[in-house]
Amino acid sequence: MIVKVNKLDFYYGKFQALIDVNLEAKKNEITALIGPSGCGKSTFLRCLNRMNDLIEGTRTTGEIFVEGENILDPNTDLVKLRKKVGMVFQRPNPFPLSVFENIAFGPRVHHLAKGKELEEIVRQSLEAVLLWDKLKDQLSRNALTLSLEAQQRLCIARLIAVKPDILLMDEPCSALDPVSTQRVEELMQILKQDYSILIVTHNMQQAARVSGFTGFFLLGKLIEFDITGRIFTAPRDRRTEDYITGRYG
Amino acid sequence: MRENTKVIEKLAFAILGLATLIIIAPVGIILFIVLWHGLPGLSFEFIFSMPREGMRAGGIFPAIVGTLVLTVGTAAFSIPVGILAAIYLNEYAGRNWLTRLFEISIINLAGIPSIVYGLFGLGLFVTFFGFGASILAGSLTLSIMTLPVIITATREALSAVPMAFREVSFSLGASRWQTVSRVVLPNAIPGILTGTILGLSRAAGETAPILFTVAAFYLPRLPQSPFDQAMALPYHIYVLSTQVPNVSLRTQYSTVLVLVLMVFILNIAAAYIRAKFRRRKTW
Repeated sequence: MIVKVNKLDFYYGKFQALIDVNLEAKKNEITALIGPSGCGKSTFLRCLNRMNDLIEGTRTTGEIFVEGENILDPNTDLVKLRKKVGMVFQRPNPFPLSVFENIAFGPRVHHLAKGKELEEIVRQSLEAVLLWDKLKDQLSRNALTLSLEAQQRLCIARLIAVKPDILLMDEPCSALDPVSTQRVEELMQILKQDYSILIVTHNMQQAARVSGFTGFFLLGKLIEFDITGRIFTAPRDRRTEDYITGRYG
Repeated sequence: MRENTKVIEKLAFAILGLATLIIIAPVGIILFIVLWHGLPGLSFEFIFSMPREGMRAGGIFPAIVGTLVLTVGTAAFSIPVGILAAIYLNEYAGRNWLTRLFEISIINLAGIPSIVYGLFGLGLFVTFFGFGASILAGSLTLSIMTLPVIITATREALSAVPMAFREVSFSLGASRWQTVSRVVLPNAIPGILTGTILGLSRAAGETAPILFTVAAFYLPRLPQSPFDQAMALPYHIYVLSTQVPNVSLRTQYSTVLVLVLMVFILNIAAAYIRAKFRRRKTW
């Protein structure tokens, strides 16, 4: 288990957004989190790299073990945590810099490499997201001029460049068209050989297609967590069944 | 009914247009009059020579140099302090009563009449710190007056940088300072630069704050150290037009023209920077 969550409660001010969440995610597996809007799935994802710390007035209790370390411990080194647990956002968000500079950002921040070594990291990262052949002669091109799909791939490459273990993806395909979505999903299957992925998606078909395990969130609670096949064919909870059959969401 | 709408529409157009014209007219008239009367007296000699015969003849070189030195001095103090304070308030400070207090102070600082700054500078820098009437005291006084402009402009420029950039940076494990210095600042620099230059151009033309803190009535030599007094264009104009009898109108207008041009050059530089970077901005 690369991620193990025990009795997680999370509050925005007085509002409790996550209620007693317990979950275990496997290494080199894709774990999907589904549920209707506002159910807490994105909030949960952002607990795993402590991004919610950026929002004032939030409170987290419980335990989250990432590779055996409780990251809710106040002494947690957030820089190290976020280097280990990277995030891909809903909207592709490259910096308004060149392709090269975007990918070099992380390695530079962490003083991982420079010069030839850095160029090598940029090449490997772009290869990992299948962009190298397309962009190898355009490394100085402004990243914002790429297609949305290429931008999202670039964001994944930027993340891979800091050599994380876990990729958190917060609805990574919601800004993409169906063809691009399919290609990014194929990419995820390749990436899972080297990384453990947790993906939030409002798209149930996507969860069914890509993931090995699926968790269903509703009103801040993790209602059901199981092998994806079982969630979609034989859910144990009535609410899960209602959601996947499209009765609400 | 429909006739009525049309009439109101025309009336609204006329009133809105008139209001806009009222903004442009003073600028045009001032420029025209100053150029008309001032341009003939403008010469190499006028700009680059010392005043003679009790400022009735010769040039205004020391006043020009004085204003330039004061502007640079003001920039030297107000730009670093203003930008750093703005970064703190925007990127570091939490939303609490202390931050609120800072913000209220800045708003009020901006509202203080310039003559009060002049007296404050006299009390604090000239007398208490013992700098005397000097370029140092004058620059510090102008700096304090300029600070709210620079802080406000910088904060606006910082706030205009999308939150998403900061989020990504943090999510990649960058520290707050790395995020500010590598992501936020580079994208905010054009806005910061524009606001800063506008603030300085305001300071360059101010009279009241320098009245008691630095401005010399008549000092036909260039300043040698930060502790020297200096002539300055705004005060020189005041002196020429009210304190010295029999100064030719042409000399007065030419002096005004020089100050107006200096301030215009700064403002145009600010506009140029803004336009240039707006074209490059792509998010």
